[in-house]
Amino acid sequence: MATEILMPALSPTMEEGTLAKWLVKEGDTIESGMIIAEIETDKATMEFEAVDEGTMGAILIAEGTEAVKVNTPIAVLLEEGEDANAAVASTPAPVAEVQAEAPAAPKSVPAAPIAPQADLTPDWPEGTEMKSQTVREALRDAMAEEMRSNENVFLMGEEVAEYQGAYKVSQGLLDEFGSKRVIDTPITEHGFAGIATGASFGGLNPIVEFMTFNFAMQAIDQIINSAAKTRYMSGGQMGAPIVFRGANGAAARVGAQHSQDYATWYAQIPGLKVAMPYSASDAKGLLKSAIRDPNPVIFLENEILYGRQFEVPVMDDFTVPFGKARIWREGSDVTIVSFGIGMQYALEAADKLAEDGISAEVIDLRTLRPIDYDTVLASVMKTNRCVTVEEGYPVASIGNHISATIMQKAFDYLDAPVINCAGKDVPMPYAANLEKLALVTTDEVIEAVKQVTYR
Amino acid sequence: MATRKSAKKPNVSAEELLGYYRDMLLIRRFEEKAGQLYGMGLIGGFCHLYIGQEAVVVGLEAATKEGDKRITSYRDHGHMLACGMDPNGVMAELTGREGGYSKGKGGSMHMFSKEKHFYGGHGIVGAQVPLGAGLAFSDKYKGNDNVSFAYFGDGAANQGQVYETFNMAALWDLPVVFVIENNQYAMGTAQKRSTSTPDLYTRGEAFGIKGQTVDGMDVLAVKEASEKAVAHCRAGKGPYILEVKTYRYRGHSMSDPAKYRTREEVQKMRSERDPIEHVREMLLTGKHASEDELKAIDKEIKAVVNESAEFSKASPEPALEELWTDIYADA
Repeated sequence: MATEILMPALSPTMEEGTLAKWLVKEGDTIESGMIIAEIETDKATMEFEAVDEGTMGAILIAEGTEAVKVNTPIAVLLEEGEDANAAVASTPAPVAEVQAEAPAAPKSVPAAPIAPQADLTPDWPEGTEMKSQTVREALRDAMAEEMRSNENVFLMGEEVAEYQGAYKVSQGLLDEFGSKRVIDTPITEHGFAGIATGASFGGLNPIVEFMTFNFAMQAIDQIINSAAKTRYMSGGQMGAPIVFRGANGAAARVGAQHSQDYATWYAQIPGLKVAMPYSASDAKGLLKSAIRDPNPVIFLENEILYGRQFEVPVMDDFTVPFGKARIWREGSDVTIVSFGIGMQYALEAADKLAEDGISAEVIDLRTLRPIDYDTVLASVMKTNRCVTVEEGYPVASIGNHISATIMQKAFDYLDAPVINCAGKDVPMPYAANLEKLALVTTDEVIEAVKQVTYR
Repeated sequence: MATRKSAKKPNVSAEELLGYYRDMLLIRRFEEKAGQLYGMGLIGGFCHLYIGQEAVVVGLEAATKEGDKRITSYRDHGHMLACGMDPNGVMAELTGREGGYSKGKGGSMHMFSKEKHFYGGHGIVGAQVPLGAGLAFSDKYKGNDNVSFAYFGDGAANQGQVYETFNMAALWDLPVVFVIENNQYAMGTAQKRSTSTPDLYTRGEAFGIKGQTVDGMDVLAVKEASEKAVAHCRAGKGPYILEVKTYRYRGHSMSDPAKYRTREEVQKMRSERDPIEHVREMLLTGKHASEDELKAIDKEIKAVVNESAEFSKASPEPALEELWTDIYADA
């Protein structure tokens, strides 16, 4: 049967091209792989190879013709014993039908929106025995408990084993679990993030400790392109059950390269989950959930919070779910939304504001992907005012995103524009006085609350 | 490139040789068809063909066993066919259809098969190398004797993360074969213009990793080298580097006019070193198969490929709801 040779698309964007030159003539024997023509695309002149074998029956488009649309028949190839005239009369080749339908519009807000409600289930049952613990100890206990219950969980990172952790978070783990499961790596973040991600594809549950998240920038391609996207790219066949954890944000006096909050970077990526706990109980409960999660989790800790003491419930298996904010303090005049170390400023500000007779509701988001919008919206609908607090940069911040969400979903409830308190738009300075100025302060939060409450 | 003339007679059965012929021909014909569908606008974006390199993956796969894992770059169609993935599913992924391995959501560069232990299909040059070592890490951790194959090109061989991985793979004795498919061009840059030393198989020496080079246009030579590498890894001796010297006939991707090399250079390779012709010759001169038998195989392969093309056109585009699925697994 005669085959029509069609004008090929030779680049991702080509719609038409110039048939620059024929390298064969009618009657020539054609072999597959033979270069039969030169075609100018929108990018370059390309050689066009024959796919099928046969005899060149008819050239339908003369060389030098411009603007030949892709899929136009340009020649007819004959099999042995075929006649060119008969072949030309044959039906035209079907044109590819790959018309995409318009993408579905994002789910619109229902006309009569259901009022958002905070999930007020307590994190632990009333009457549970509590103990005082540092965030550091809580994180270690979370890892140890999960490693005891699942032998596929292991910890890998710089100085996690023999040194007992650069910030002593992994203290004692090597002794209990041995060097097979608590693994010191060379200082090669890109490489070991990739190896750990590959190990998670292979069915293990790695915990990767970055000494700090500043160094994870070396590894961010593996985190995003390999860990976060594989489930989608594989049509759900495989994914990366892995936790990337470590200190994030400013420590103290370590300068620009070691002081950055990456919350909003990772919170933007579909396929990742992101937690940024403030308290020890949340550190423990969320890390245990993160280790069990079949998806890649970014777990952002804070060096300054490592040594802080909190009450932690004494329970056999205490976990905190992702996507559930915690209301630290109920109030009626303003909602302060924060997470991570930002909570320290939010809570301090709330205490001082109470002295001035302003009642602030303080919400700790705890996880940034997913975000518990309902708790925030329900609170703002009650207080009609909102201030967000975080240490990271002010451009494209979590606070910006929360503000936009409130504007879209609770616009009519707002009595004042939302104010975002954030770190300053500068690289972190070293000098003590400047560093203090670069971070968000409790006074700034108090000032913002006074602005939105018109005090 | 080493010459093919070898003094010793290959110790290979007719059945085995016919198997390689069939596997390589399937890749060749499949890729030609993919090129054609690309030309028709049925395949979009980037599409990197494996034509010319068939003996590499077919030779490597000849030394594998069930449980072994493989991972490669974006020039991945050949690897998928060689490890037994269904041509229909691969072609339908190329056309972005529901019947594709990733339901149409991955495309040419991002395909996977858990069943066949094929871990992609990666679009970032060199990123699959630590991932491949990680797969090996998982097998060593579990205490089995599986081996992982991390394929990458001469271009990726200059990526920093490759050397980070060499170091850790050697340090931890990971059972991984690093297969450097040296097709001599990193996209449009000839190896001698991008690479300070020509012998990529020696790149592991600083880490104590053994390596060897092999003629990648000779499937039997590749198979022999693969067996040696796999035996090394299975015996717990750590990683191994195989530099397989090969040649890609087509451009880097479909939109590459390949002006960085002469038409004569390509033509010479095609006519003198073609890996499929080589096996065909061996089959005929060794009287393992007749012209007619080979013709029958050609016909059979063509039918498989045509069916995959038909399947890939008939399979519907993914349902619009698929936009929102497979982002997260249920916790």
